[in-house]
Amino acid sequence: MSIAAMLLLAVSFTNAQEKEKMNHDHGDMKMDHSKMMNKNSDAKAEAILSDYFNLKDALVADDTKKAAQAGTKLVATLKAFDTDSYSKENQEELEDIIEDAVEHAEHISESAIDHQREHFKTLSKDITDMVAITGTKSTLYEQFCPMYDKGSAWLSTSKEVKNPYYGSRMLKCGKVQKTIQ
Amino acid sequence: MKIVKIIAIVLLVAFVGIQFIPTTRNQSDTVPSTDFMLVNNVPETIQKKLQVSCYDCHSNNTQYPWYNKIQPVAWFLEDHIKEGKAELNFNEWDSLSSRRKASKLRSIIKQIENGEMPLDSYTLIHSEATFTEAEAEELINFITQLKDSL
Repeated sequence: MSIAAMLLLAVSFTNAQEKEKMNHDHGDMKMDHSKMMNKNSDAKAEAILSDYFNLKDALVADDTKKAAQAGTKLVATLKAFDTDSYSKENQEELEDIIEDAVEHAEHISESAIDHQREHFKTLSKDITDMVAITGTKSTLYEQFCPMYDKGSAWLSTSKEVKNPYYGSRMLKCGKVQKTIQ
Repeated sequence: MKIVKIIAIVLLVAFVGIQFIPTTRNQSDTVPSTDFMLVNNVPETIQKKLQVSCYDCHSNNTQYPWYNKIQPVAWFLEDHIKEGKAELNFNEWDSLSSRRKASKLRSIIKQIENGEMPLDSYTLIHSEATFTEAEAEELINFITQLKDSL
């Protein structure tokens, strides 16, 4: 009898642990979800993303002039970003991201293509970090090319790899390393 | 012939005239506690190199050459220093966030790698500011380490 009771206790104990773990996971998931929900509505972040993708496409097409134009536009949309609706901690982080991204976008707006690509690398990190906070309504693919500058990532709205760091020289270099939704 | 003379006189008057236009000088006695050298453990050789090759335009204190008071040279210098400090001011290093530091370090590496800094117009007169291959490598290794430790 006492053995059975102990067994039961042990079983219920592990069950409880499992449950707690599951609850925990679930909690995390729920949090992520709500995070995405309230941030899905940030039109200004979407505008930044849209300019970023225009810039990326111009680099894929080896088009310095278009990339520079997209860079100029991006500077404007970045500066128009409004952090008010975010928590204090996120506001600080976002302001930091925006400040950094503006600098890179400015350089892109006035540089030759090699330089544009250098700055695009850091800019991509900034934008990825921004999306982690703001969320987005579209599905994004974080892609990665192991060859450019010891490995470089970028964001794309399409699964298909088109490399902005090499353009036509090595268009297909890279793979999807993460899906962001 | 007369025209040439007139032009020469006009140019001379203009040259003398612009000497009276004041410029702001980039000089400071104090090194703020946010200085790159003070907050990072920078090896002595690299400290010296940074001071000679970078600090004239990327800090609050420029070691001016003798001709800096002659216009239009002074303007040219003023402009460069202003732009240089806006991009990167080593004196204010520690006031940057980690993200900004990483960005700046990455840019330093690229500029040295591509031989874009120090500017040709600077090394023309400051030949000691030029990086030898070994010096460039030493600096890039140090900066890379610093970046990875952020």
